[in-house]
Amino acid sequence: MNRTPLLFLNVFVIATCGLIYELVAGTLSSYVLGDSVTQFSLIIGIYLFAMGVGSWLSGFIEKNIAEKFVDIELAVAVIGGFSAPLLFFSFANLSFFSIVLYGMVFIIGTLVGLEIPLLMRILKDELDFKDLVSRVLSLDYIGALAASLLFPLFLVPKLGLTRTSLLFGMLNAVVGIWATWLLEPLIRKNVNFLRVKGFVIILLLFAAFIKADKLTSLAEDALFTDDIIYAKSSPYQRIVVTKGKTGYALFLNGNLQFNSFDEYRYHEALVHPAFAAFGANPKRVLVLGGGDGLAIREVLKYPSVENVTLVDLDPMMTELSNNLPAIANLNKNALADKRVSVINNDAYVWLDNAETEPFDVAIVDFPDPNNFALGKLYTTRFYNLLKTKLKPDSAIVIQCTSPLIARNSYWCIIKTLESAGFHVKPYQTTVPSFGVWGYALAKLEPFETPKKPPGNIELKFLNDNSFASMFEFSTDTSLPKDEEIEINRLDNQALVRYYEAEWRRFE
Amino acid sequence: MSEFTRREILTAFLGLPFALAACRSNSADDFPDGEIVGANVDVGHILRENRNVEVSENNWENARVAIVGGGVAGLSAAWKFQKENFDDFILLELENKIGGTAQSGKNDFIGYPWGAHYLPVPFQENTELISLLDEMNLTEGKNQNGEIVVKEQFLCREPEERVFYKGRWYEGLYLNVGASDEDKRQLGEFQKQVDFWVNWRDPKGKRAFVLPVANCSTDAEVTDLDKISFTDWLKQKGFTSERLLWYCDYACRDDYGLRLEQTSAWAGLFYFCSRVRKSGDESQSFITFPEGNGRFVNFLHEKVRDKTRLKTIALEIVPNETGVDVIYLNTETNEIRGLRCKKTIFAAPIFTTKYLIRDFRQNTPDFFQEFEHNAWFVANLFLKDRPKSQFTKDFPLAWDNVIYESPSLGYVNATHQKGIDYGQTVFTYYFPMCDGKGRAKLFGLGWKELADICLTDLSLAHKDIRELAERIDIMRWGHAMISPRPNFIWSGAREKAQKPFRHIHFAHSDLSGIALFEEAFFHGIRAAKETLRANLQG
Ligand SMILES: Cc1cc2nc3c(=O)[nH]c(=O)nc-3n(C[C@H](O)[C@H](O)[C@H](O)COP(=O)(O)OP(=O)(O)OC[C@H]3O[C@@H](n4cnc5c(N)ncnc54)[C@H](O)[C@@H]3O)c2cc1C
Repeated sequence: MNRTPLLFLNVFVIATCGLIYELVAGTLSSYVLGDSVTQFSLIIGIYLFAMGVGSWLSGFIEKNIAEKFVDIELAVAVIGGFSAPLLFFSFANLSFFSIVLYGMVFIIGTLVGLEIPLLMRILKDELDFKDLVSRVLSLDYIGALAASLLFPLFLVPKLGLTRTSLLFGMLNAVVGIWATWLLEPLIRKNVNFLRVKGFVIILLLFAAFIKADKLTSLAEDALFTDDIIYAKSSPYQRIVVTKGKTGYALFLNGNLQFNSFDEYRYHEALVHPAFAAFGANPKRVLVLGGGDGLAIREVLKYPSVENVTLVDLDPMMTELSNNLPAIANLNKNALADKRVSVINNDAYVWLDNAETEPFDVAIVDFPDPNNFALGKLYTTRFYNLLKTKLKPDSAIVIQCTSPLIARNSYWCIIKTLESAGFHVKPYQTTVPSFGVWGYALAKLEPFETPKKPPGNIELKFLNDNSFASMFEFSTDTSLPKDEEIEINRLDNQALVRYYEAEWRRFE
Repeated sequence: MSEFTRREILTAFLGLPFALAACRSNSADDFPDGEIVGANVDVGHILRENRNVEVSENNWENARVAIVGGGVAGLSAAWKFQKENFDDFILLELENKIGGTAQSGKNDFIGYPWGAHYLPVPFQENTELISLLDEMNLTEGKNQNGEIVVKEQFLCREPEERVFYKGRWYEGLYLNVGASDEDKRQLGEFQKQVDFWVNWRDPKGKRAFVLPVANCSTDAEVTDLDKISFTDWLKQKGFTSERLLWYCDYACRDDYGLRLEQTSAWAGLFYFCSRVRKSGDESQSFITFPEGNGRFVNFLHEKVRDKTRLKTIALEIVPNETGVDVIYLNTETNEIRGLRCKKTIFAAPIFTTKYLIRDFRQNTPDFFQEFEHNAWFVANLFLKDRPKSQFTKDFPLAWDNVIYESPSLGYVNATHQKGIDYGQTVFTYYFPMCDGKGRAKLFGLGWKELADICLTDLSLAHKDIRELAERIDIMRWGHAMISPRPNFIWSGAREKAQKPFRHIHFAHSDLSGIALFEEAFFHGIRAAKETLRANLQG
C-alpha cells in the first residue's frame, strides 16, 4: 500500500483542526471579553507566532520522529479538544482568565507548529523536495480554507463552540492513532502504548462531546441552543449568558431575562411610562430587581436623576452586569455610574428594614413569580412596604408577566396593587423574545394615563403611537370576566398558584 | 458514646431503621457546638425537698397580690391588673427568662421559639384576647362579619406546611400523594364528622368545641367523647385509612404530646373543630413570629417589667386566715424572703401545688393527682445556610416541616415569617416524649445524645444538616404539657381544681386540660378578675 496519499490527508486534517482551535479561541474570547477586533488580532498574532516557535523547536527533535509526531497529535487533541469547555469554565471561575486564554492559544499554536515540519521530515524520503513542499503547503492552506468556511456556516450554528472544539479534538486524535499504523515501520517501540493512549483520549473527548451540556451545567440540557459563554451558580440562582445569532441572552434558573436584540423594547416600555406619569424633574429612583442594569440604562437617560438605588438579591449578578463586557456594553456601564448605588439584598427584606428618603420613581422588575420566594415580592404586604418609600405623587411600574399566557396571574398582580391602595394603569407591549408582555403603572393618587413618552429622550421603540397603544388590551388579554381573581397575599400566595397552573400548560 | 448505646438510644427515640441508617453512616463524630439551656435541674430538686423555711422578720415585705409563675397565665393576670390600674402586686418567675413554655431566644440575626410558636386568630367572641392583639397593633379593623382582621405580615406566610415522605417533600400535612380512592373517601368522611361538630349547638346555643374550653358545651353528647380514646372513636366510625390515622396521630402529638390511643376523643376532635368558625370554612389562620409566642410574653412582660422578679422561685405558699404568705428564694443571691399578701395567683404548673402549698404537702386533694404531664425536648439548630433541595421540583422549605416516618414533629423555620428566604436561619425542632417514662428517659440523656437524635432524624430529609448546623441548643421540658387522656377533661377534676383554695386562685393552663395560649390567657384573666373582685370587697 502506498501510504503517502494518506499521509497527505493527515496534513489536511491537521491544518483544519489547527485553524479551528484558533477560531474557537478567537470567537470565545470576543464573546466573553467583547471587542472582537482586539481579540481576534491578538489571538491570530499569538497563534501564528507560537506556530513559528513550534517550527523552530522541531529542529531540536532528532530521533523517534514518528513517535514524537503521534504524541504531539495526541497532545493537540487533548488541549485543543478541551480548549472551549476549559476556557468557558475558567472564565466563570478564575480571575486570571486572559492568562489562561493566551497561554492556551500559545501552547496549541506551538504544538500545531511542530506538526507540519515533523510530517515533512517523515515524508521527505518518499518524495522529492519540490513536490513535498508544494503538496504539503497547498494542503495546509486548503485545510485552512475548509476550516474557515465550516466554522461560521456549519459548526458554530449547529454544534456550538464547545462541541466544535471537542469534535476536532477527536479528529486530531484519530489522526494520531491512524498515524501509528501508517508509520508503524518507523515507530521503534511501544506502538500499542501509543494506541491505547490515543483511544483513551478519543473516549474522553467523546464522553465530553455527549455530555457537552452537562459540562457547563447540570440543568441546562438542551435548553440552550446557543453557546453558553458564562454559566455559574450563585447561592441564589443559576446564571447563564449565551451568545447566538440574535445576540446575547441572559437566563436565570433557565428563564430568559433578556435577549440583546429586542431587550430595548422591554426596557423602554418598562421605564418611560413611569417617568411620563411622574412629570417634571424626577430625582430619586428606586430599581428593585433588574440587576442586569438595562432598566438603569434607560433611567440614566433623564438628566434630572441624581440618585438611583438598585436593590438586587444577587451580588454575582450585579458584578457580572458590570464586568462582563457583553452585558456592560449593553447597559452602557450603568452600574458603574456615580449616581447608582447597588444594594445586594432581598428587596422584601430591604424594604422591611431600610430607612431611606422617599423615591420619585420606582421600577419593580423581578423575575416571574414561579416560586414562593419570588411570590412574596408581588403581595399586598410587599406593595404596602413599597408605599412607605414613596411620596403621594411618586410613580411606580411593575413587570407583571404575560397577560396572554398567564392572564389570571397578570390580573392578579393588578388587583393586588389596587387592593394595596394604588391607582393602576395596566399596559402591555410585544417583545419578540417574550411574546405579549404586561406591566402595571401605578400611583398613590388618581392620575391620567400618560399619552406619550417624555420629550428629549432618545428612544428606539417608543414613539407617541406605540406609547399610546400600550394601554389598550385585546379581548384575550383583558381582565377575565368569568372568574373571580384572588388577591395575592403572603398568607395565600395565590399568584404563585395561578402562575404555575398557567405556565405548566406550556411545559 | 459507644456505638452500641448510641444505637440503643437512637432506636428508643427514632425507631430501628433510623438507628441502623445512622450507625452505618457513622456520622456521630461530626458535631456542632451547643448546650442544654433552660432552668437547671436543681430548681426541681429544691421544690421537691419540701423545705419548711423560716424567714427572718426583716425579710418580709407586703404586696396585696403575688403571682407565682411568669408564663402566659401569670403574665396575662399581671397585664389585666395593670389595665385595671391595680399595681400592688409582684410576679415571681423562677427562670432567668420570662414566658415559661412560650419563652423564646434570639441571636443577633433572628428570634426563635423554645416552645409555643403560634396562635390561631381568635373568634370575635374572645374579646379579651382581641384587646391584647389590638394593643400589640397586630390587627387592622374588622371584616363585614365582625371578625378581626390581623395584619398580613403576622399571619403565617405560605407555604405553611410540608411533609417529607419516602425521599420527597410534599405540600400540606395530610399526605395527598398516592392516596387511594378509599383514602380520599375516608378523608371526606372525616371532614363530615368535623363539620357535624363544628355546626353542633347545645340547647343553650353553645358550641361543642371552642376556645377557651370554658365556653364549650357541657352537654353529655359531647363530653361523653372524653370517655374513649381518639383511636377508639376513629375505629367506631370506621376509619382505617393509614394516612388519615397518621394525620390524626400527628395532630395529637403536635398539640398534646400524646399518641392517638392516649388522647381522649374529645381532645382529638377539639383540635380539628375548635378553630373552624362554621362548616366549610378554613381553620382560623395562624398568627406567628420568628420567636413564636415569645412575642406575646415579651410584650406582656414589657408592660409589667417593674413588677416582675426573675430567678425567683416560690418555695412555699402558706395560706392563713386573712391572706397568704409566699416564701421565695432568689436563686442568684440565695436569699430567702417572704411576701405577705392578701391573695396569690398560682400560675405555676398544677403538679407543683403539692410541693408549694403548705396545706397540700401532707394532704393533696385527689383531683390534683389527676393532672398528668408529658415531657418534650426542643432543639434550636443554628444553620449557616438552608439545606439544599434534593430534587429541583421538591416542595420548598415551609414554615412547618414534618417528617412522615419520624416520631418527632419536624421543625419550624424561624426566618420564614420575616420573608428571609436565603442564607442563615434557625430551625426549631420538636420532639414529644409520648410514653409514660418519657421524663426519666429524657433526663437520662445529655446534650450530645439529644443533639445526635435530632441530627439523625433530620438527616433523613436533609443529608447536609450536619455540615450546616453550627450550633444546637436544647431545652428539656420535663412537664411540658398537661395530658388530655381519656376521662380527665370532663371528670370534674378541673372544675374542682379551679376553685380558689383559701386566698389562692389558680390560673395555669393545666386547668383547661389542654395546653394552649388561649387557655393560659383565659385562666390568667379569670384569676385576675377574681382577685380584683375580692380585693374590692375586702
Ligand atoms: C414544646 C411546646 C410547644 C408548644 N406550642 C404551643 C403553640 O404553638 N401554641 C400554643 O398555644 N401553645 C403551645 N404550647 C403550650 C403553651 O406553651 C402553653 O399552653 C402556655 O404558654 C402555658 O402558659 P402557662 O402560663 O399556663 O404555663 P407555663 O408556660 O408552664 O408557665 C408556668 C411558669 O411558672 C414558672 N414556675 C413554676 N414553678 C415556679 C415556682 N415555684 N416559682 C416561680 N415560678 C415558677 C415556670 O418557670 C413557668 O415560667 C406549647 C408547649 C410546649 C411545651
